[in-house]
Amino acid sequence: MAWFKRSKENIETSGVKKDIPGGLWSKCDKCGEIIHHKQLVSNYYTCIKCNYHFRIGSDEYIPILIDKGTFRETDAKMKSGDPLKFVDSKKYTDRVNGAIKKTGLNDAVRTGFGKVDGISIVFACMDFKFIGGSMGTVVGEKIARAAERALKNKRPLIIISSSGGARMMEGALSLMQLAKTSARLAQLDEAGIPYISILTDPTTGGVTASYAMLGDVNIAEPGALIGFAGPRVIKQTIGKDLPEGFQRSEFLLEHGFIDVIVHRKEMKQTVATLLKHMTD
Amino acid sequence: MAKTVLDFEKPVFDLEQKIQEMRKYEGNVDISGEINRLEKKVHQLRESVYSNLTRWQRVQLARHPERPYTLDYIERIMDDFVELHGDRKYGDDKAIVGGFAILDGKSVMVIGQQKGRDTKSNVYRNFGMMNPEGYRKALRMMKLAEKFKRPIITMLDTPGAFPGIEAEERGQAEAIARNLFEMSKLKVPVVVVIIGEGASGGALGIGVGDRILMMENAWYSVISPESCSSILWRSWDYKEQAAEALRLTAPDLVEQKIVDRIIKEPLGGAHRNPQEAAMILKDVLIEELKLLSKLKPEKLVERRINKFVQMNG
Ligand SMILES: [Zn+2]
Repeated sequence: MAWFKRSKENIETSGVKKDIPGGLWSKCDKCGEIIHHKQLVSNYYTCIKCNYHFRIGSDEYIPILIDKGTFRETDAKMKSGDPLKFVDSKKYTDRVNGAIKKTGLNDAVRTGFGKVDGISIVFACMDFKFIGGSMGTVVGEKIARAAERALKNKRPLIIISSSGGARMMEGALSLMQLAKTSARLAQLDEAGIPYISILTDPTTGGVTASYAMLGDVNIAEPGALIGFAGPRVIKQTIGKDLPEGFQRSEFLLEHGFIDVIVHRKEMKQTVATLLKHMTD
Repeated sequence: MAKTVLDFEKPVFDLEQKIQEMRKYEGNVDISGEINRLEKKVHQLRESVYSNLTRWQRVQLARHPERPYTLDYIERIMDDFVELHGDRKYGDDKAIVGGFAILDGKSVMVIGQQKGRDTKSNVYRNFGMMNPEGYRKALRMMKLAEKFKRPIITMLDTPGAFPGIEAEERGQAEAIARNLFEMSKLKVPVVVVIIGEGASGGALGIGVGDRILMMENAWYSVISPESCSSILWRSWDYKEQAAEALRLTAPDLVEQKIVDRIIKEPLGGAHRNPQEAAMILKDVLIEELKLLSKLKPEKLVERRINKFVQMNG
């Protein structure tokens, strides 16, 4: 659950900046290259120099993957309750409302129907910028419903993950979302309906330990952090430095947990090709 | 008598010790009246201490070093236990035990996380923290149970899945996800009991079932109070507040409609009388399995999936 500490350091500074005064420029987190927004968009939000994949959300990913004009959003208005009346340094409800205000989103995932290269699918895309992409009851419910819709409509399911893990402010109910989403995917599997999981930076904790790892095919973007325990926790536990490239997409491919690493600009083509192999 | 005394139990233990001392002289002087009076007093004290536990105090009881673990229960409530080992892929994870056993004359598959009692056995058991091969070992045993149409009992008691380099290399996340996926469609009854610590995905990895039972002083949540404190309060010192905020006790979990039933413990916790705790658990397990045995496999799976799908808070 590294998302919280991470948020202060990264969310504010990384990703796509749209409103920098004096021009729409973004700086690559990896090589420092300054890229104009137009160029960044046409390059699928990846660095023109080093291929670094900027963290993007549903607003950016929907046009990349889904045929123009075919996305029809579902459960767009679903918002989190506060089942535990959770308070730490801040009230959970304030945290959620703050995130809604800041991001314009209602929670950390958006779901809907759409087409990929003419093939009808059910789609879910997570937004890391909403409380670290953490999974509480809303994310769990929306993913489970997406899987149910895929089952009922006999359409392939595609989920793009980016998450720091389960949302601790909803306690054990957040944990139960791992079981809920996995159970729905088991039904999808029994019915022979394809599920493609796309893992982006970062995908850790409860999301990795449930739907993100359960694709018929698991695709990762290059260089994405993917794992169960966060690197900080592991480092703390074993008291040793972690090896270079540990828990990155390439590491997971090497260890057999990812089928293929795909550059964002080839993502749609790869998904479409796979879907043609997996559907009649 | 228990050796480890938690802070809040101290008044009870002091009085118990005083009574014990007095009993030594009982033969010489007639102090039975005084002893009786103190017995009554200690009883009242126990009632008042243990019926008003804070959430953090329950967490401490759940971690009590003398608390019964999986093997202690198996030994007390089952016969003919044949322990099975290994995941057939990589190795044998000692943080989880399991095998066939007889409960009330019937064959069952029992699987549970296992902690150690002292430093040496804790190292051997990795403090009850499983690696990926542990989840795969558990799944292999569950599939065996399914093949031979035997009900499954799982016992949850872990501070979490092991966060290590090798665990990640061998796919900790995939191993847990796969178990959640496979357990949701097992065609035999699955009864889950949280007997001690139910920490996050590491516990849930063997925790999908038809009935979720929880011992009175166990805890179950998405994160431990300490880790929650360190992340949300940015300090390890707010574990009491974190435990309160997480609402992680058995009554809390019943209220959240995650846990179906609380299993009563002897006053003061299961470690005060492991035999009695085991007998209570045994009766509950027999009763629960009897009810589940009436359901057809398809119905069982449908009900189980619906149960988890409905967990919305
Ligand atoms: Zn770059």
